[in-house]
Amino acid sequence: MRTPPSLLSLTIDLALHNLSNISDLSPVPDHILLDLFLRTLRAGKLTEKVLKLFMATGKDEVLSLIEALNIQHIVIPVLPTTNIKDAEVDIVIGALHSDLTAFLNEWKPVFSRFHLIIVKDPDLLEELQIPEGFNLDVYTKSDIDQVAGSSTSILFSGYSCRYFGYLISRKKYIISVDDDCIPARDANGVLVDIVAQHITNLATPATPFFFNTLYDPYRKGADFVRGYPFSMRSGVECGLSCGLWLNLADYDAPTQALKPEQKNSRYVDAVLTVPAGALMPVSGINMAFNRELVGPALLPALRLAGEGKLRWETVEDIWSGMCVKVICDHLGLGVKSGLPYVWRKERGNAIESLKKEWEGVKLMEEVVPFFQSIQLQRSATTAEDCVVEMAKTVKEQLGQTDPMFARAAEAMVEWVKLWKAVQSS
Amino acid sequence: MAHPVTPVSPPLKDELDIVIPTIRNLDFLEMWRPFFQPYHLIIVQDGDPTKTIKVPEGFDYELYNRNDVNRVLGPKASCISFKDSACRCFGFLVSKKKYIFTIDDDCFVAKDPSGKEINALAQHIQNVLTPSTPHFFNTLYDPYREGADFVRGYPFSLREGVPTAISHGLWLNIPDYDAPTQLVKPRERNTRYVDAVMTIPKGTLFPMCGMNLAFDRELIGPAMYFGLMGDGQPIGRYDDMWAGWCCKVICDHLSLGVKTGLPYLWHSKASNPFVNLKKEYKGIFWQEEIIPFFQSLVLPRDCTTVQNCYLELSKMVKEKLGPVDPYFQKLGDAMVTWIEAWDELNPPAQAAATAQPTAVNKDGPSSKSK
Repeated sequence: MRTPPSLLSLTIDLALHNLSNISDLSPVPDHILLDLFLRTLRAGKLTEKVLKLFMATGKDEVLSLIEALNIQHIVIPVLPTTNIKDAEVDIVIGALHSDLTAFLNEWKPVFSRFHLIIVKDPDLLEELQIPEGFNLDVYTKSDIDQVAGSSTSILFSGYSCRYFGYLISRKKYIISVDDDCIPARDANGVLVDIVAQHITNLATPATPFFFNTLYDPYRKGADFVRGYPFSMRSGVECGLSCGLWLNLADYDAPTQALKPEQKNSRYVDAVLTVPAGALMPVSGINMAFNRELVGPALLPALRLAGEGKLRWETVEDIWSGMCVKVICDHLGLGVKSGLPYVWRKERGNAIESLKKEWEGVKLMEEVVPFFQSIQLQRSATTAEDCVVEMAKTVKEQLGQTDPMFARAAEAMVEWVKLWKAVQSS
Repeated sequence: MAHPVTPVSPPLKDELDIVIPTIRNLDFLEMWRPFFQPYHLIIVQDGDPTKTIKVPEGFDYELYNRNDVNRVLGPKASCISFKDSACRCFGFLVSKKKYIFTIDDDCFVAKDPSGKEINALAQHIQNVLTPSTPHFFNTLYDPYREGADFVRGYPFSLREGVPTAISHGLWLNIPDYDAPTQLVKPRERNTRYVDAVMTIPKGTLFPMCGMNLAFDRELIGPAMYFGLMGDGQPIGRYDDMWAGWCCKVICDHLSLGVKTGLPYLWHSKASNPFVNLKKEYKGIFWQEEIIPFFQSLVLPRDCTTVQNCYLELSKMVKEKLGPVDPYFQKLGDAMVTWIEAWDELNPPAQAAATAQPTAVNKDGPSSKSK
């Protein structure tokens, strides 16, 4: 007849069974602890956590057994997740106003974790006022001249100063916002974290080849709808994330002048991929991009003769955005639009801007058919190659119609050279 | 929306038909009564024609069952699916109105975030009566909506837009997922109200769902054929998809617009995912061939009417997709039959004709409201 197990034996077995619920083994008598340890080994239940539990008792017998058996901690490699480290992000602000105190303080809850690059508009004479509490670097005219001084075609003045920030950054993700915007609040009154949203947009796939009627399928609570081809459901990398604006939307001067009271109060809770082949106006007011993928494609090239310090007196971002979209389409990358929103403050007089010669509007008419029909060569496989090729085509096809385009083409070529030089230094 | 002091006649009251395919009952109409009652309904009764489908009192309707379909179309009836909601396109065929709104019988009135009931029909009307912008994407979505406009950088020459042919609405609660997704996420519900209408850019295809759809029959009607599905067919649940892909390529060719987004309705019934999987199975594989086909096809310049485009499309389907499965040969033929039926029932001269006599009519429905 077999002897039945002792009460002690049963107890140790029960302890082994419930090891995950035990937080402290120190009260256990030494000989029982040792027995438990051996049974744990035999049962194959020795994990990192359990090992730590035994080691924490400090009991010599157990510790010497661990040493004798040469039991080691194995460092488990951290599997890649979609969590972006803060260190991979640069926030670039083009300062067109000297006093950034209110602006930065408003953004503190969102920006304080990250590194900021502030580029002062070279035309701005006053000293910048910047509050405490940020990890930032400021670049002024002298820095710009030092790095890009040799370039004659690129002008980093006005809104184009932000491109200098993109140029000298070393990070993977750039978030860029105009200095007359503050955080918005969503429909529930919660402060919109534009960094988190832009990063989510950039770190999740885009779906440019087929339209999903429930918008971003990677968002929580959404998915691909019936009829969406399965082969396209893994998506492609997202190169650019375009956010929107509450209050003062990014309208041109005529529209704003015609509807001075119109404020954008509609919070559209969606992010969507702008389909391949579709062009769109990319606004520089609130956007983010993957610098490693598309960095050189965001370029300061098209400058209006009468360009001013209000967004509706510029088209530099529109030109740059068309280039980026064409290049993303060519390279099979995605462009998203929608969330996040910023709150854009009112300033400037649209009617006054109308008085200036708004050649930008006229120019757009010529530019759109060009971008719609341009085909980049297969051999262009990087953003740099694409920009160079585009510059050539711009010069050939548009350069004849207006010297502004010829200058833009030159600036694009210069930009790529500068980009390459800065990257390699 | 501000309400006028003096009552205004419901928009497009005499120019719009509501087409509802049903096999069960029409109880859902009670909830829609305040919005639908002024309009004429065309009910397409699928399944057993001997069953009587009761229509709630007070609605002006015509009802067609399978016997009516056979009687009206004769041998051409073969192009109309049986035992599948694809049969709804028969309603599009016999309608005499300019606009169609079609809805499934398990779709109810939804509420917007403020708690207000959504008049889906009014929103669809708004969508089709305002232009679309397929040639350039507006980042603030539909620029013709109140409170929105074209953004800076949007070319002025494109701001007139093009006529809107289709308005595609969405669904809260049970989303329109395919069977595999339903199996993986049986509890997922769409609770996100996205307050936007937008034009789907030219050259981009999309999955068109027939549950909540409106269109301009004069602009795109002949392309709204929902294919051969259901009983006796190797595939189901791809009827609206097929119609959507055909319509989109034709709209792109003819410079017409397709909008998607609002309005939302409340989709209450989740169909059985295992049953769905059996129906969709072939479609899931075939669509990998079908999509490249639609993405790469080019309609000849001289196809300037929807019918011509559609007939050209049917030839291409037989030629390019025929090798995938003999089904596509049948489908191509059915597409031709459909156009023949369309032209027969909608001859150009009769477009402006006055109402026909209500006496016993070969083309008439089996039952109508009094």
